[in-house]
Amino acid sequence: MIVYGVALLSVCLVLGMLIGEALGVALNVEANVGGVGIAMLFLVYASNSERFKALTEGVSGTGIKFWSAMYIPIVVAMAARQNVAAATEGGLLALTAGVAAVIVSFALVPILSKIGKPDAHPLDTSEERGAG
Amino acid sequence: MDIIETVFVRNDLIVAFAVVGATMWVSYLLANKLTAGRIHGSAIAIALGLLAAYWGGTVSGGTRGVADVTLLGGIGLMGGGMMRDFAIVATAFGVHISELKKAGIAGVISIFAGVIVSFIVGAAVAVMFGYTDPAAITTIGAGAVTYIVGPVTGEAIGASDAVITLSVAAGLVKSILVMIGTPLIAKRIGLDNPQSAMVFGGLMGTTSGVAAGLAATDPKLVPYGAMTATFYTGLGCLLGPSVLFFIVSAIY
Repeated sequence: MIVYGVALLSVCLVLGMLIGEALGVALNVEANVGGVGIAMLFLVYASNSERFKALTEGVSGTGIKFWSAMYIPIVVAMAARQNVAAATEGGLLALTAGVAAVIVSFALVPILSKIGKPDAHPLDTSEERGAG
Repeated sequence: MDIIETVFVRNDLIVAFAVVGATMWVSYLLANKLTAGRIHGSAIAIALGLLAAYWGGTVSGGTRGVADVTLLGGIGLMGGGMMRDFAIVATAFGVHISELKKAGIAGVISIFAGVIVSFIVGAAVAVMFGYTDPAAITTIGAGAVTYIVGPVTGEAIGASDAVITLSVAAGLVKSILVMIGTPLIAKRIGLDNPQSAMVFGGLMGTTSGVAAGLAATDPKLVPYGAMTATFYTGLGCLLGPSVLFFIVSAIY
């Protein structure tokens, strides 16, 4: 049943969010700390595990794949509801700070990617090299 | 007119699906016909979305872009945090654990480096513009981290409303620039494999920026970037009002 996959996805998200929220409270931070990332780890675990096969394979899996495929349209909607007007009204300081932060961060990507790099390779040519 | 409004408002999410679908169709058509596929269709769709958001914000005076236009209210739900997070988590389906492990350490380092570097840059710009109050410098620096870290930090350390607004604007500029700039710069910074995507997510940190930027570059990279990006705001909220504020206070 398609809904089994959707339900698994939902449970992963809710569990992750709960843990992220609890982490925020424990660290005394007004934010959800990594809730989505933790939820993703749950789903990665479930989709790689034999035990959850009934929820991730066949028709059930299409329930998850549907939402994965809806990701880009949802991101387009997300872009359409950003406060772009406020960003353009922030003046020179906001513009400079935002732009400078992005440029410096972009520049650091290739440098930090080298950490533990030897076997970094493009996705297309990837797939299991044996060495884990 | 009344009938249209009633139907559109009552079925707002469904209207949003149709509108976004039409936008995607137009975008992919433009991408193939005008740019011969050089620019990704989703990049055009996201750019159109941002333009629409600008228009919506100016017309309505609201803060949620096109979602504040009555007939398009459903865009707010479709593009809101709940649906976004649900779809982001779904992209993790089929990710190999081995890929995550390979970039583990680099990913963690990149989150710390990303928060600290963005903060320093933002704080330096604040100083350049003549700010000397540690609370203001810290808040603007935190805004350059993300537009959530800015206000959270500002409120915690008692910055003025004007400064908090500036910090949100800085964070928005960052997020929007990441959305637009990522597909353009991807090749040059080697953003073509899971490891660099994880580093990228950790360095940029803005969930919406990373989500849209990677989607427009290569959807296969999304789960890796999103995974690290989601820890970034939390870390920023943790460091901003504490360690980073203490350091700035010690200097000024």
